Amino acid sequence: MSKIHVTTTVNGDEVEFLCDPRETVLDVLRDRLGMTGSKEGCGTGDCGACSITLDGRLVCSCLVLGAEAEGREIETVEGIATGEDLHPLQQKFIEYAALQCGICTPGILVATKALLEKNPDPTETEVRYWLAGNLCRCTGYDKIIRAVMDTAADMREAS
Amino acid sequence: MALDNMKTTGFTQVGTTPNRPDGLDKVTGRARFGADVTAPGMLHAVIVRSPHAHARIKRIDTSKAEALAGVKGIVTRADFATGLTGENWNILENVMASDTALYDGHAVAAVAATSALTARDAAKLVEVEYEILPHVTDVDKAMAPDAPVIRAGAADGSVPEGQHPNVVRYHESGHGDVQAGFDEADLVIEDHFTTEATHQGYIEPHACLGILGGDGKGELWCCTQGHWNVQKICAALLGLETANLRVTASEIGGGFGGKTAVFIEPVALALARKTNKPVKLVMPRADVFKATGPTASTSMDIKIGMKKDGTITAAQGVFRLQGGAFPGAPADMTAMCAFAPYALSNVHQVGYDVMSNRPKQAAYRAPGSPMAAFAVESVIDELCGQLGLDPIEVRLKNASKEGTKASYGPTFQRIGLVETLEAAKAHPHYSAPLKPGQGRGISCGFWFNHGGETAVSLALSEDGTAQLAVGTPDIGGSRASMALMAAEELGIPYENIRVTIADTATLGYNEVSHGSRVTYASGLATIEAARDAVKKLCGRAAAKWGIPEDAVKWENGCAVPSGPNAGDFDPLPMAEITANMGATGGPIVGHFEATPEGAGVSFATHIVDAEVDPETGKTSVVRYTVVQDAGKAIHPTYVEGQFQGGAAQGIGWALNEEYIYGDDGRLQNALFLDYRIPVASDLPMIDTVIIEVPNPGHPYGVRGVGETSICPPLAAIANAVSAAAAVRLRQLPMSPPRILEALEQKRDG
Amino acid sequence: MQYHTPTSFEDAIEIAAQADGITRFLAGGTDVLVQLRADIVTPDTLIDIKGISGTKTITHNDDGSWRIGVAVSGAEMTEHPTLARDWPGVVEATDLIGSTQVQGRCTMVGNLCNGSPAADAVPAMVAAGMTVTVSGPDGTRELAVEDVPTGPGKTCLAKGELISAVNIPARGANGGDAYLRFIPRTEMDIAVVGAAVNLRLEGDTITEARVSLGAVAPTVLLVPQAADAIIGTTLDDAALTALAQAANAACAPIDDKRGTIKFRTHVAGVLAQRAARIAYERAQKAGK
Ligand SMILES: Cc1cc2nc3c(=O)[nH]c(=O)nc-3n(C[C@H](O)[C@H](O)[C@H](O)COP(=O)(O)OP(=O)(O)OC[C@H]3O[C@@H](n4cnc5c(N)ncnc54)[C@H](O)[C@@H]3O)c2cc1C
Ligand code: FES
Ligand code: FES
Repeated sequence: MSKIHVTTTVNGDEVEFLCDPRETVLDVLRDRLGMTGSKEGCGTGDCGACSITLDGRLVCSCLVLGAEAEGREIETVEGIATGEDLHPLQQKFIEYAALQCGICTPGILVATKALLEKNPDPTETEVRYWLAGNLCRCTGYDKIIRAVMDTAADMREAS
Repeated sequence: MALDNMKTTGFTQVGTTPNRPDGLDKVTGRARFGADVTAPGMLHAVIVRSPHAHARIKRIDTSKAEALAGVKGIVTRADFATGLTGENWNILENVMASDTALYDGHAVAAVAATSALTARDAAKLVEVEYEILPHVTDVDKAMAPDAPVIRAGAADGSVPEGQHPNVVRYHESGHGDVQAGFDEADLVIEDHFTTEATHQGYIEPHACLGILGGDGKGELWCCTQGHWNVQKICAALLGLETANLRVTASEIGGGFGGKTAVFIEPVALALARKTNKPVKLVMPRADVFKATGPTASTSMDIKIGMKKDGTITAAQGVFRLQGGAFPGAPADMTAMCAFAPYALSNVHQVGYDVMSNRPKQAAYRAPGSPMAAFAVESVIDELCGQLGLDPIEVRLKNASKEGTKASYGPTFQRIGLVETLEAAKAHPHYSAPLKPGQGRGISCGFWFNHGGETAVSLALSEDGTAQLAVGTPDIGGSRASMALMAAEELGIPYENIRVTIADTATLGYNEVSHGSRVTYASGLATIEAARDAVKKLCGRAAAKWGIPEDAVKWENGCAVPSGPNAGDFDPLPMAEITANMGATGGPIVGHFEATPEGAGVSFATHIVDAEVDPETGKTSVVRYTVVQDAGKAIHPTYVEGQFQGGAAQGIGWALNEEYIYGDDGRLQNALFLDYRIPVASDLPMIDTVIIEVPNPGHPYGVRGVGETSICPPLAAIANAVSAAAAVRLRQLPMSPPRILEALEQKRDG
Repeated sequence: MQYHTPTSFEDAIEIAAQADGITRFLAGGTDVLVQLRADIVTPDTLIDIKGISGTKTITHNDDGSWRIGVAVSGAEMTEHPTLARDWPGVVEATDLIGSTQVQGRCTMVGNLCNGSPAADAVPAMVAAGMTVTVSGPDGTRELAVEDVPTGPGKTCLAKGELISAVNIPARGANGGDAYLRFIPRTEMDIAVVGAAVNLRLEGDTITEARVSLGAVAPTVLLVPQAADAIIGTTLDDAALTALAQAANAACAPIDDKRGTIKFRTHVAGVLAQRAARIAYERAQKAGK
């Protein structure tokens, strides 16, 4: 089976790779580009641990083919912090203990960052529904929701 | 007996909530979980699994798979050790079937290839010829006389005569005379309950990377709750010397008991040995559901007698647990937990461990206790309802206290059940008004907690910082708690402690992270190791000052002369002592190696408000409060997190989670879309109250908090549903079709 | 698997018409990739249609009707400034598909062509009286949405044919639509039952209605008897009872892991009533 050559942008850097047509963006990120921050919890769109943005749109990277990434812009958890400076969401997640095991955290951070960019002042219900595709088995979501709401408030104040 | 060196007040660091040491790694994607580890030249493996619930394996033909380009090796049972007995044999049989596939998803072969896709393609080319055998997946049916026998001779001596061969373990305990107790009661209620198997549902699938050379020396990285256990079992299953296999625990993406068992690691190692290359094995999600441990499903009969004043006069329970195709369902623990919250003169409990054609059950947060609590706490609620009594008052009246002879035998030391009930009663939630259609339920829960083999080492650095090596994987922030305890003892800043989860080559044996043991046992070990280091530090100061060692004490991170020498010398900070370690006697390392036995039991009381849609039977949890005794909360935020996580899992178990088997014995919902764990929009905020009744068996009074929180929700929600909709659900999950059916039956009288 | 990225429908048709074995079109991929990963369907030919111009646009035609490109995602429909004003039920139904992440990709056409009887967008599309434009080697034809699925996982599209546009009729005056589904959780479930109602009022009286049910038969159903039960009424209690009865009667569901026959049949009636009330309110508001 011949491989497909793809050029794409990941966290601002142009990258090239060859992939099997069946490989997903998640497979490519993890196995070909060595970016293991995006996690595979299910491989079928159910858990959100693989969340990325594709041209700014929140998607599951396990539900996008590597070949579809041609000419697109991908953002992953590895691109959320600016150098050494954590994004306010990252800081708040640590502070609030919004993670226990942390396997859901990359996906939830990517998803909530996308939410706050679209809606800087979400209600608790909006945050909960936005995150319904990001399963967390450890926390019961309580501290995650609080961390997001508080970050949103801080960011509104700062801007 | 309280420890003589116990400290319960005057903490400077314990009880604060600093950021976890591994926080940055985990919010940036840098932390390496099970599937994130790679090695040069690595192969990828896929396991071939039986699609049948019960089938004889007549022939396995790997030739087509082997012919596929990129395939480097295939293993079957023939590639593992022979002559194993006891639990090692059971584990091997589960890891790779020999002549019979015992459940849908049972491993029969495995393929390693140069890419994950090639391995998947090759797995499809492995031809297995099966002869299908009759199967059984339901616990009551598996005990019936005509049930197919899963494996003859699996029962041990505990099982009374006349039981079906699928009944493999039996437990009986209690005291008093239950019949006399029932005779004394004003009201006796007896009911039958069932619960379906649920999965731990950790988001990270099992994953590992194994290397094993022809010299019998190997390396293994895996996500596990206990890498020494993995080491021991892998060595046995592959016929290796234990010390020749070094196992490193990766970060772990949830376990809840399910990652205490070994499933894929021996397979990766067998493939590595066969191919002479590193082999990575990551379980697909469907395999996780099909072949790793769910809980046992249960069938239970409960009978409780109560006087009009709320006194429980007698209690009796029969607990039948379906634990899959191997012995080991926690029938004993289920029975022992059932009535533990109550001081009973007459109590009797029986447990049956029953095999069926399902995956081998694995531990899940307080194994057995939630099911028992569901049944018992539902009956108590019914009794309260029928006698017109307040459910908290009744529980307070009967609550186990210090000195109570527990339903399962021992006498309780200092425990905090009464305190949780009092706090629940006083909580605004308990008296808040309810909206129409809503109901409130409460329930208590109990878990033993556990100590277990523990080894810790604390090495001091020249600059006065410290490296703490523990052997219990950090599942939910335990590094922070360990660092707090070490910092507290050493009197140095929290940030100056670096906590590492050591591999099997660098510490003595550590039992798996289970039984809520980490903060208790590794915490105790950390405190003792720090005290050991402090003793050595004081020794160096004494030598420098030329005074006796016992004339030096440790205060605020400094050695200070005491007694007759008090004030003779300036306090000597730790960093000044460690700076000269090499010249004053060598490196300073504190140690602890032992098996702490004093894990204090833990109780909780939960309050829940639920709303039932009378037209569809759908239940929403609208308010939730957890009150639990933590003994001493080292890092209160992570304690709250354990409370909330357990409650959320209990809510899922109560309402929607279940293993659904078809008539063909195949699992029908092996994906998160159909195995319905709670999503963010399903839950309310989960309020928490931390009670601190010190555990006399821990230097700071810590009790494990990880498990008890999953025990009360099942019954609390059933009781809330009963209050909201006047229907009593005795079958879990309380899914909408079941509630609707119950509502209809009530309407039709 | 061969992966193609045609830039015109003609090219897509030609690739599909020539292909051997299993062919799938790739819209959002939220069914195709799941089936690939779960070893349910591994296509020999996969044709990504998102590179075809016009597939990402939503057009409001001069006559008030709408044309939705076949690769328009659920999120793009929800974000459209005016579409949901005309057809809230259709937009909400599509919005119910999966998570935020799935919304970023999934399409109405994929939902329809996947052929699931539980597809959420489809009952709303049927109730709205939507059509699809089918293009193939023999030209184009327009089909009512309810005529596309022929059974679980099956459609009436022939080899080489694909859907090239989705058409929503003009909303017109005093109309309203709504879709509701039953799932055990609040999100992330496949519908156990779905019900869509689209209606038009004159004064307080319903003059036109279409009722559609999902997950209660091998395909999404258009239930004229249920519509008849409310046409000519003010959606009073008697009409609602008749609506529920007609909905119950139309059900021919199965017992499966997601629900029982009895449960589905009962809840179909409940949801039809609830959706009708919402559609009715919307129509009343539209008239003001
Ligand atoms: C986590 C998750 C949750 C989900 N939840 C829901 C839910 O709640 N409700 C629901 O209804 N569905 C749900 N789905 C299923 C799926 O998201 C929907 O069916 C979706 O609408 C499919 O659209 P798509 O664009 O992704 O389709 P694709 O996967 O791209 O295609 C689906 C099918 O349509 C065919 N097709 C696509 N475009 C065309 C065309 N132009 N012409 C002809 N055939 C075409 C393809 O060949 C394929 O057979 C869920 C899926 C996931 C992964
Ligand atoms: S791995 Fe992509 S959603 Fe679970
Ligand atoms: S923190 Fe473990 S799954 Fe969310």
